[in-house]
Amino acid sequence: MKAKLKGAETGHSLLKRKSEALTKRFREITRRIDEAKRKMGRVMQIASLSLAEVTYAVGGNIGYQIQESAKSARFRIRAKQENVSGVLLPAFESYLTEGNNDFAMTGLGKGGQQVQRCRETYARAVEALVELASLQTAFVILDEVIKVVNRRVNAIEHVIIPRTENTIKYINSELDEIDREEFYRLKKVANKKKLDNATAEADREHRTEENAAMGEENEAPAQEQAAGPADLLAAEEDEDVIF
Amino acid sequence: MSSQTDFRDRQFLAVIGDEDSVTGLLLAGIGHVTAPPDNQKNFLVVDSKTDTSAIEAAFDRFTTERKDIGIVLINQHIADRIRHRIDTYTQAFPTVLEIPSKDHPYDPEKDSVLRRVRRLFGE
Repeated sequence: MKAKLKGAETGHSLLKRKSEALTKRFREITRRIDEAKRKMGRVMQIASLSLAEVTYAVGGNIGYQIQESAKSARFRIRAKQENVSGVLLPAFESYLTEGNNDFAMTGLGKGGQQVQRCRETYARAVEALVELASLQTAFVILDEVIKVVNRRVNAIEHVIIPRTENTIKYINSELDEIDREEFYRLKKVANKKKLDNATAEADREHRTEENAAMGEENEAPAQEQAAGPADLLAAEEDEDVIF
Repeated sequence: MSSQTDFRDRQFLAVIGDEDSVTGLLLAGIGHVTAPPDNQKNFLVVDSKTDTSAIEAAFDRFTTERKDIGIVLINQHIADRIRHRIDTYTQAFPTVLEIPSKDHPYDPEKDSVLRRVRRLFGE
């Protein structure tokens, strides 16, 4: 039981430390999310500006054409994991697949350079977005994990440890009780023994006294015999004298 | 955390946005159309005539049905139209990211994640 309490306390301190580490990480991530969101605002602004440039250069809306020609994603993401105190945080990583270009024809007539520049701008913007997305994912997962860990810390602190302590207290009090009973019993036994000894002593003394008395009595058996067995005790005592 | 096992094959981004945002993001090369039988696009162009239910359907398709999408980008003014859906969406995968659009400047107060951040900091 003591070992259990010890285990609970160790677990509590470990979990507490884990929760602190996670919270630290969490705060860092929230700060970075805040920054990244602001940065995203700027990046997207630049990107839309460059798109406006394209629209102007191409002279007409190319949106429809682009939507139709999109076939296979060139810009993809890959998830990798990062371990923070036993919690696996996924992080997205962007990469470009080689060799497929859906927009080879876009801007072929005019404004090809602007289209190219716009693509680069947007690619950068999407990279920022991907970074932000992985931060956000980490945020959501960490939030959940921190809640679970804190719940466990509280459970151990407020339920398991007091319960174990109570059990230990109960066992101790019970053991004390048994101890006291045992002591009392021993005392009682000792007392009884003493009493017994005393009575036995008294008895023996009494008996020796009686025997002594008997010896005196036996000096005059004749008179007793003459008196006959009026006293039964005395008659019995008679035979004692033989040895 | 069962979601940790299935994010490996999530390799696309999805977009719900106005025409300009979608065009730009497609130019960056995120557009993807799945193999012929169902021909699902991973982007949705929304304008003022698009039904809110259509946005919701697309959002559901991107977030719950498709298993190959890792990030859903959505314009903030469109996110506002299905705000309750986004606020109640708490899964880690796919990540829903609100992005600003050309005509609507970015407002950090509306972003559901940023609001959570602010709430946690007690502001």
